[in-house]
Amino acid sequence: MNFIGQVAQWFLDPAHWTGDGGILHRTFEHVLMSGASVLTAAAIALPVGIAIGHFGRGGILAINVSNIGRAVPSFAVLVIAVQLFGIGALPAFIALVVLAIPPMVTNSYIGMREVDPDVREAARGMGMRERAVLLGVELPIALPLIMAGVRTSAVNVVATATLAALVAWGGLGRFIVDGLGLQDYPMLFAGAVMVALLSLIVEFSLAGVQRLSTPAGLRPSKSRQKEGPSGTALDTAVAA
Amino acid sequence: MLATGVVGAVEDPWIRWSWISGHADAILAALLQHIQLTVIAVVIGLAIAVPLGLVAWRSRLFRGPIFSLTGILYTIPSLALFAFLIPFTGLTILTAEIGLVGYTLLILVRNIVVGLNAVPDEVREAARGMGFRPFAELARVDIPLAIPAIIAGVRIATVTTIGLVTVTALIGEGGLGSLIYDGLLRDFKTPLVVGTVLSVALAVVADLGLAGAERVITPWARTRITP
Repeated sequence: MNFIGQVAQWFLDPAHWTGDGGILHRTFEHVLMSGASVLTAAAIALPVGIAIGHFGRGGILAINVSNIGRAVPSFAVLVIAVQLFGIGALPAFIALVVLAIPPMVTNSYIGMREVDPDVREAARGMGMRERAVLLGVELPIALPLIMAGVRTSAVNVVATATLAALVAWGGLGRFIVDGLGLQDYPMLFAGAVMVALLSLIVEFSLAGVQRLSTPAGLRPSKSRQKEGPSGTALDTAVAA
Repeated sequence: MLATGVVGAVEDPWIRWSWISGHADAILAALLQHIQLTVIAVVIGLAIAVPLGLVAWRSRLFRGPIFSLTGILYTIPSLALFAFLIPFTGLTILTAEIGLVGYTLLILVRNIVVGLNAVPDEVREAARGMGFRPFAELARVDIPLAIPAIIAGVRIATVTTIGLVTVTALIGEGGLGSLIYDGLLRDFKTPLVVGTVLSVALAVVADLGLAGAERVITPWARTRITP
């Protein structure tokens, strides 16, 4: 039987779907861990980035945090977390949160800075208070870039959560790491298929959210769109 | 192996200088392998990205598919990309390089297209008015003016690749990643710290070096800010 046939047979075996080590449970773990990490990181990073952008101080920090983040290998962050917090879910969670923060800080900062100063002045001139300027004018205009940062982080987190199988945590990376260890190549390949699918689903659904978050008046006309599906306005990726 | 056995009862410090001096050769070899894996990936990536970028820039028809394909490659996690290749190319440097090259493409192609798109139409018309033929215009006007954006892409691709090379430790390559992986497997902090610090330092040096190279080859663009 050819190799792709073996992979198909691996997927068709009902025993691979159920139980603690099954596809369904591993997918659930992966999604839960990624979602929790991204939400936690967003709760920390977005207020910081938005505040820096709004008040205009600390911009150099906001820009450079993602450059530094890109230079630090996510694999190293994960292994350092193991040294600090032991093995299992906790170090994986902490490493993922740490890795998810920089792109969100940078993108929310840039989103806020790119708000046209004239628009801000006009809002003030109309008698809007600072709070209303922030919530009613700056944030809606900055939202697409903020969401771009969330998307970049989420895709990185899903990728790095795969590596977390190395530090004795579960998730879909288990199939890849165990497939490597046991030289079970159909399982290895099947794991890669599932991880790739999950990443692409996250990427495309968050790209959709990003598009929907753009205020109607700011949507670019079709001819101005020159970037592909992954073309965030800024490349702040820290690939895993 | 010995180190952990001996110090098992004692607290393992973050850095054990004696291990570093005793393993200087291995550390240097890991660093050199890291540089080698990175340079091969970025050079091959650029060799593929330049024609792809030119096609994507000139042809509306191919632009979408080129960005979609490179975008999908970029989105797939590195470990999964390597796992796709292993059944066919095994635990080899080829597997590592195909994966690493795949990651550089989106960044490089996008920056090439952005750079070429940013060349002002007036400049192009002036070149044509001076009698430049299409190829000469491309080689002597468009590409030189796109260099700052292209180098910005090479910088991001290089720094990203330096980080990703560490993951190839899992498939038997790794460069400095093999030190990090060693630290994980033996629960021994020194190689982990050495591998991490050198990897970050390499990324910073490469980034600054490329920024310096850009200043040298584009003297006319010195006031321009690149991302």
